Amino acid sequence: MKTDIILAGVGGQGILSIAASLGMAALANDLQIKQAEVHGMSQRGGAVQSHMRISDKEIASDLIAKGGADLILSVEPMESLRYLPYLHETGWLVTNITPFVNINNYPEIDAVMTEIKKIRNHIAINADAIAEEIGSKRSSNIVMLGAASPFIDIPFEKFEIGIRQIFGRKGEEVVKANLAALRAGREFSQKNR
Amino acid sequence: MSNQKLLLLGDEAIAQGAMDAGLSGMYAYPGTPSTEIMEYFQASKQAEELKIQRTWSANEKTAMETALGMSYAGKRTMVAMKHVGLNVAADAYVNSAITGVNGGLIVVAADDPSMHSSQNEQDSRFYAKFSLLPVFEPINHQEAYDMAYKGLEFSEKFGLPVMIRITTRLAHSRAGVTRLPQLPQNELKLPKNPTQFVLLPSIARVQYKELLSKQDLMEKAGEEMGYNTYFDAADKSKGIIACGLAYNYLVENYPDQKVPFPVLKVSQYPVPKSLVKKIASECNELIILEEGAPILEELIKGYLEKENVKGRLDGTLPRDGELNPNLVALAMGLPSVEGKPVPSVVTSRPPAMCQGCGHIDAYNALNVALADYGKGRVFSDIGCYTLGAYPPFNAINSCVDMGASITMAKGAADAGLVPAVSVIGDSTFTHSGMTGLLDAVNDKSPITVMISDNFTTGMTGGQDSAALGKIEDICAGLGVEPEHIRVFTPVKSKHDEMVQIIKEELAYNGVSVIIPRRQCVQTMKNKNLAEKIKELGLR
Repeated sequence: MKTDIILAGVGGQGILSIAASLGMAALANDLQIKQAEVHGMSQRGGAVQSHMRISDKEIASDLIAKGGADLILSVEPMESLRYLPYLHETGWLVTNITPFVNINNYPEIDAVMTEIKKIRNHIAINADAIAEEIGSKRSSNIVMLGAASPFIDIPFEKFEIGIRQIFGRKGEEVVKANLAALRAGREFSQKNR
Repeated sequence: MSNQKLLLLGDEAIAQGAMDAGLSGMYAYPGTPSTEIMEYFQASKQAEELKIQRTWSANEKTAMETALGMSYAGKRTMVAMKHVGLNVAADAYVNSAITGVNGGLIVVAADDPSMHSSQNEQDSRFYAKFSLLPVFEPINHQEAYDMAYKGLEFSEKFGLPVMIRITTRLAHSRAGVTRLPQLPQNELKLPKNPTQFVLLPSIARVQYKELLSKQDLMEKAGEEMGYNTYFDAADKSKGIIACGLAYNYLVENYPDQKVPFPVLKVSQYPVPKSLVKKIASECNELIILEEGAPILEELIKGYLEKENVKGRLDGTLPRDGELNPNLVALAMGLPSVEGKPVPSVVTSRPPAMCQGCGHIDAYNALNVALADYGKGRVFSDIGCYTLGAYPPFNAINSCVDMGASITMAKGAADAGLVPAVSVIGDSTFTHSGMTGLLDAVNDKSPITVMISDNFTTGMTGGQDSAALGKIEDICAGLGVEPEHIRVFTPVKSKHDEMVQIIKEELAYNGVSVIIPRRQCVQTMKNKNLAEKIKELGLR
């Protein structure tokens, strides 16, 4: 088993909380992981990505090779396209469709969506709207993780264990909200894949 | 100690390894990608219980020297910095090769090839080679942990500081680590030789000979520790020497990580000469993969180019930048398949100062105040405010090294560019700006120094600033006239007032210090800092 995932977003959007939950899920399933993050200058509102590698065998490189990613998981639509050179031809692109506009020359969102729809295997999800629907605005990242979960070779209950471990300290309410977000995201992908 | 694997950043693996090996003191100045080493110590309950000294130093030189003092007193210690921080600490580091150590001493140098968050991509192994000091270069998190743990023992065995050299990818990548038993801290114990740390020429000459005599012994010990490994294979048409992380990118390209050619993995220096000779004599050509500068490649290839050596110097690999699996695949003659190109609709999204950042208001005022004098006279420094180089500000004309804003402004003023302006942050000012300010005061140079004070070391994530609550006193103590030290709060509503103050000081024919002061928006949740700010009456 091997799943190589590019996590994408903008500095400050919190892709590292997705990575942490995913890492916990992988560990709960006795898998090896390597996860390369971006710290420092780019965290100030710049484009950020994280390479998350999960495998049942020893992992050598911290970086995913271009053309080797099984999944791009992006919390921002334009950012999902920035890493296309990494996506394997059979890989999935799972992206939030809510743009994060902190630059003057952000492209027309329709043009961005057109490019996303050109990818054969894609899930475009309004994670912010879904998070709001289930009454947990701040959980849109976990909606995204749920949306990506069908494409990651880890049993779903392990994702739930990961969520409990990451959010357990913040109390049962927060855990419940994030579990609901996880399930809502997963449901969307299962219906729309 | 628990047997469960810990999920750690490479930086954290080094910290945990040193902590478990009986460390007594950790010293550092923040710098990407090294910052998380000290942060791990500061957040650690274990470090708290063990009473490990772990506060940020004013700069890398003071950190290195303090560590050397702790080593003198017989205890185990570690100092961490980014690659360019080693430039600052170099005086102490290079001379520590001649003093040697008493308690074990590790110097962590975190390099940043491809300059993700740095102004150059210098390779710290050069410093170690130049100083004749040993280096460990881990390829993964377990090696990072082990090398810190065993490096302290190695340091005491050879009586020398040990460098652990990592690069960004390992520093900021997470993986599982298994721990070794917790060792007790050393007792306080003076050096056996009372003049060991007295580098008078007569003593230094003797100790330098000792340092030279240790080189072969360290090389031999390196072969025994198992970090430098020779993997034999049947196809001798080429042999590969892979240093540090380059080894991972090599094996990543082969099924089950089995390379069909002989491979020499190098993770410890001095360079294992006998293994290099072995692979060179057995293979038709050598490919040398190094994450960083072509140091081994140059050594092996030599000016006479006797060996058939390929690598960064002949274009087999790019001369600059970080390696990755695709670049190494191409170097090995393997196909490198990429996915779809980035669509043209994707625009670049560079880092920017945060919404509500005080630096923004300070720059807006400075730009207006300087409008009458014309462009090209603002010397800046290393920090978030360096982002003022980008539009819409286009506010600065230099960023070179820590503290250079003040001294470059003085030099430009000496040349006749008056007024010359310096922009520097609070932490950078106490790191390396103070001495330059003294030069300017002594010459009564017509410069205006803007110390943009946000109570923190911002760019690296909001670490403590040694300057907190001390800036006016430091400036006055260095001789800046109190009436030309001007403090104000950089907010939109005070824009006109700020412009007026800056204009007044630009017109003054001597050293002025203006201090826009407002807390970094990233640190608003830091209760500890909030308390200190209140205590010092800073707002």
